[in-house]
Amino acid sequence: MARKSKEVASVAEALSDLVDGAHIMVSGFGLSGNPEALIEGVLATGKGSLTIISNNAGSIGEGLAKWLQAGIVARVICSYVGNNQDLQRAMDDGTVEVQITPQGTFVERMRAAGAGIAAFYTPTGVGTLMAEGKETREFGGRTFVLERALHADVALVRAHRADPFGNLRFYRTSQNFAPAMASAARVTIVEAEELVPLGGIDADDVHLPGAFVQRVVHVPEHRDLIEIRTTRSREARS
Amino acid sequence: MTWSKTDMARRAAQEIEPGSVVNLGIGLPTLVADIMPADADVWLQSENGLLGMGPFPFEGEEDPQLINAGKQTVTLVPGASTFDSAVSFAMIRGGHVDLAIMGAMQVASNGDLANWSVPGGRTTGVGGAMDLAAGARRLVVVMRHQAKNGADKLVPRCTYPLTALGVVRRIITDLGVFDPAGDGFAVVALAPGVTVDEVRARTGAELR
Repeated sequence: MARKSKEVASVAEALSDLVDGAHIMVSGFGLSGNPEALIEGVLATGKGSLTIISNNAGSIGEGLAKWLQAGIVARVICSYVGNNQDLQRAMDDGTVEVQITPQGTFVERMRAAGAGIAAFYTPTGVGTLMAEGKETREFGGRTFVLERALHADVALVRAHRADPFGNLRFYRTSQNFAPAMASAARVTIVEAEELVPLGGIDADDVHLPGAFVQRVVHVPEHRDLIEIRTTRSREARS
Repeated sequence: MTWSKTDMARRAAQEIEPGSVVNLGIGLPTLVADIMPADADVWLQSENGLLGMGPFPFEGEEDPQLINAGKQTVTLVPGASTFDSAVSFAMIRGGHVDLAIMGAMQVASNGDLANWSVPGGRTTGVGGAMDLAAGARRLVVVMRHQAKNGADKLVPRCTYPLTALGVVRRIITDLGVFDPAGDGFAVVALAPGVTVDEVRARTGAELR
């Protein structure tokens, strides 16, 4: 009997059951390793009042900043705003609620959600604004703060290679939040540059097993924007 | 003669033990990588999921999917690894990063650090600063001795929102090297020609 494939024919089909008010995790660090086609695809669905859970929520008008420009975002959970002028503007206008979380806590909350852990004690943020209103407890003479698991309805992630079961391999620093997000969301949709048959990724080389993935879309081409292009001159080579 | 940014970076590089895992913050600390010899025995960690970060790529060899936490295009050294953010912060929080070199807005004499938010300023977010400050085995700050407006940055108590409590072990400024010593700052070294009296006049806390 043939195994059922998680491959869907198009981005539109992968996002066909998206609802207003959905909580959506989106992988990528700044504009690097973004699931570009899925980000565009959500715009095309016309859905709104979305909660974005993403480290930067776009930058310099690109990536998730397009959702902010389109006014389809109600809330953002992120670690860094930085050059995201659209997010700055939305915060100033009060049109979008923004929750800042330390980056390590941000990813660990998702990892916990995906691993069946309700909450965890972390040393990060103790004595700062991040710990206000949260339970603290001492272990071995050091104070820790209780942080809760972070779940979502949907995760949109970018992978380098996928097979029909959803086994994934990532490329370079594009991996970032993808595994944690894939585990924390009810439905994980993967945008993969390469699609290979079952067995096309050796068992030892799978970064994220297919159990964490629900849908795979093949997107061979990406714009892959560079946010800060830094180089050195060839003359300096010694 | 005060120290230039390059002098400060050179002094900060002396804080790196051979074979150690080091995370460099955005801004002044990034200069430390630029002044280190190509064969330096150090493993640079970047919190977006990279250990063994190399220099910037040659023009035309930039890879959009190989960046550091400052979103700059970078390269890999032989022996480098890439991994997901949960592993990266396990490395940071779990004490597997030997040294973090960060910029700061204020450092208090008890080692408290403030480097992510200015009261009344724009919200830029915190990124990985709180995790690094809480988790790195040793934290060294590189910063100007005073703010551009002349405000003190070495202070008895931080007035800006805190990043972490009692974590800073050493501060390298344009005037010298200082260690938080509880009720004041201990002078470790001075930039050439800089006097203790001059530093005292530009420090918001006691000098020892």
